[in-house]
Amino acid sequence: MRAALAFLRNTWRGLTAMRTALTLLFLLALGALPGALLPQRSLNARKVTEYIAENGWWGRFLDRLQFYDVYASYWFSAVYVLLFVSLVGCLLPRSWEYVRQMRAKPVLTPRNLARMPHHASAELPLTPDAAVERARERLRGWRLVAREEASGARTISAERGFLRETGNLVFHFSLLGLLVAFALGKMFGYEGQVIVQANGGQFCNSGVFNYDTFRPGLRVDGTDLNQFCVKVDGFHATYLPNGQAETFLADIGFQSGADLESGEWRPYPLEVNHPLRTAGDRVYLLGHGYTPLFTVTFPNGEQRVGATQWRPVNELTLASEGATKFDPPGVPDAEQRRRGQLAITGLLAPTATFRGELLDSAFPEARDPAVAVDVYRGDLGTDSGRGQSIFSIDQKMVTDGKLAKVARQNLRKGESLTLDDGTVIRFDGVRDWVSIQVSHDPTQTWVLAFSVLVVLGLAVSLTVKRRRVWVRATPQDDGRTVVEVGGLARTDQAGYGEEFTALSRDLLKKES
Amino acid sequence: MPVNTTLATFSDWTYGAAVAVYVIAAVFYLCEQAFAKHKPRERAMVAAGAETTQAAGTAEDGTWTPGLVVREERSRAEVLGRMGVALTLLGALLHGASLVLRGLATERAPWGNMYEYTSLLTFAAVVGWLVLMRMFPVRKLGGFVLVPIGILMFLGGTVLYAEAAPVQPALQSYWLVVHVSVISVSSGLFLLPGVASVLYLLKSSGRAKFAKLPDPGVLDRLAYRSTVFAFPLFTLGIICGAIWAEAAWGRFWGWDPKETVSFVAWVVYAAYLHARATAGWRGRPSAWINTVGFALTVFNLFFINLVTTGLHSYAGVG
Ligand code: HEM
Repeated sequence: MRAALAFLRNTWRGLTAMRTALTLLFLLALGALPGALLPQRSLNARKVTEYIAENGWWGRFLDRLQFYDVYASYWFSAVYVLLFVSLVGCLLPRSWEYVRQMRAKPVLTPRNLARMPHHASAELPLTPDAAVERARERLRGWRLVAREEASGARTISAERGFLRETGNLVFHFSLLGLLVAFALGKMFGYEGQVIVQANGGQFCNSGVFNYDTFRPGLRVDGTDLNQFCVKVDGFHATYLPNGQAETFLADIGFQSGADLESGEWRPYPLEVNHPLRTAGDRVYLLGHGYTPLFTVTFPNGEQRVGATQWRPVNELTLASEGATKFDPPGVPDAEQRRRGQLAITGLLAPTATFRGELLDSAFPEARDPAVAVDVYRGDLGTDSGRGQSIFSIDQKMVTDGKLAKVARQNLRKGESLTLDDGTVIRFDGVRDWVSIQVSHDPTQTWVLAFSVLVVLGLAVSLTVKRRRVWVRATPQDDGRTVVEVGGLARTDQAGYGEEFTALSRDLLKKES
Repeated sequence: MPVNTTLATFSDWTYGAAVAVYVIAAVFYLCEQAFAKHKPRERAMVAAGAETTQAAGTAEDGTWTPGLVVREERSRAEVLGRMGVALTLLGALLHGASLVLRGLATERAPWGNMYEYTSLLTFAAVVGWLVLMRMFPVRKLGGFVLVPIGILMFLGGTVLYAEAAPVQPALQSYWLVVHVSVISVSSGLFLLPGVASVLYLLKSSGRAKFAKLPDPGVLDRLAYRSTVFAFPLFTLGIICGAIWAEAAWGRFWGWDPKETVSFVAWVVYAAYLHARATAGWRGRPSAWINTVGFALTVFNLFFINLVTTGLHSYAGVG
């Protein structure tokens, strides 16, 4: 029992020693670094897969050690938690000490002031009382006590800069608060992304399935999301002549709270850097792209309009790829339907430029849209049970011979192509889509508040200097008084010298 | 937002002129450093040579009078040093003018790409150095500060150079003004303790060829005082970055490479401050930590912007 207690105590002492805290700080720095050098799952999962594939056993080994999820890894968390404990262990005794010192009076005047790093003295034509009074005047704003010594000498002990300690404690406690708030935010927050057509398309934050991707915190199960809806009425972008984007703006309407009942939409101009904040969540404009519009006229005369978003493959020119898929109309038999499904894939250029037959995009704005399409017919694999991407066709169906390319052509807006069975596909131009992100972090205001305190505490604790001054006025037989001044800087010496010089000059001047 | 090309051209010229002036100033400082004699040695040396030149008094008695030869050398060094300071000031004026002109030419804060960022960073370092020279007797070291600054500016003006242009939508925010300026100023100021710490390590290695460097105590205080100034600024810069990230990228912290390295650098500087207050870690260990901190700052500027891809890829290079 006693041994166990001793062990605990020693562990605690070891953990809260400055040496340990320093080591832990280094480990934290060292442990965070791989996150900047190696691809991370949380940022880009595809890159991680590629990296592992490229690096063989080494890549897999790093994976086993959680090097692609550094900030969620056991070892990083361990350092983080140990540092946290160490910080608490350091702060508790310091807080007691702080309270004790705050109450304590400035320490007794040392017997020999000449031993102090800063020292001056003079014999003045004053009484000790007058000398002390003068010092008291001059040291206004200092914490001071006046005392009388057995020899009849009068002394003053003064100190200043206790605020440094206050700042230091504020800094460290705010750091603790920040860590806690950050961790809570990670647990109870979530982030979801969704693409919405910019012609009145709507999105409601009513469930996880409305999102294209959803990243919940550990304690989020996807029920009970904050209720609100967003409707995207239009999208506008302006570009510099070289294609660099200048402004993005989505005209949206939103509903939350009582508006959900009344059905009223409140307008909001959603821009980069200006998220919509509503119902405790934030809505961001993340990106945009184009949806090619195709009208397919089937041999039986029926028409279908396809409007599926394609995704940009070149961020600068917004050349995009995708797949727009159709079921043949009026075919109730699943078997038969699967033989006549259509997919239009290929490249979409918002501003077309041709090199021979090869289409490319010259500019991100939809000035002269064109598509280079491959049309496939057959079984798209939508019933195969395998997950399907909305941006591509299932290559396995092609290799299995169930899906065949039946046409390849460039189409400008308004142009059409005809398949062998008489089906006509017309390209009608493009429409904008926007990708929006919804973020929820219930503690981020706390994080902000603590970080502001961190900076304030830091600034105070690094600029305020703690220093002490003592004055001793010893009466002489001739009615004059020897006044001695001693000074001690308790933190970094630099700078106290001048202050002390000025102080002692004032205290020791002959005339009053 | 059209760009005023005349002003942009003037900005480029003043930038080039500033680099040239800094280089000349660095040469002057280095000459001063070379001519100036390290005091104890100098005394011994001159005292030893005194018999032959019979120009100098003895070193021991404190009433030593420098000989003619020595005085001439001293004052020559002194003059070189003062000219170095004047040139540094001139360079700083040109440098500042180049920043202002760039801002006027583009009608935005002139720190929107890596060239401009490097320019602001080095400007902060030069101004910081001018201030430090008034606080510490370290004029002779100007060369050691201006050489890395010159190299950074040269790289900035060649490899990283970007034409004056408006910035993309993500950067059109007043947080650009705050976050980037605070971070680059603090990063520039970190150059000073970085240099001071490297010199400290050289000096305290005890090798004779570094004997001319100032007292380690001075170098240590120089490093500490400049770190103490730059560190809260850096902290503030990171926080402003987080506030901006919340508005621009949807989260205030996401371990983007730049965020990560800033965090690591921050922890390293915090460790420096702690180490300097911990028995057994003062002196050389602290100086090493500070050096590592500056290495990380430079790494953050170059490697993370140019090699990795992250959200901070606004460098405008290539
Ligand atoms: C991420 C963690 C931490 C950071 C960023 C941090 C930062 C700082 C800073 C900037 C200072 C001011 C230094 C100065 O006055 O020169 C300081 C002082 C101090 N910190 Fe921390 N700290 C951390 C963790 C800890 C821990 C875990 C402990 C205790 C085990 C601790 C104990 C102290 C002490 C005792 C001081 C006063 C040093 C002095 O006298 O100047 N800190 N801290």
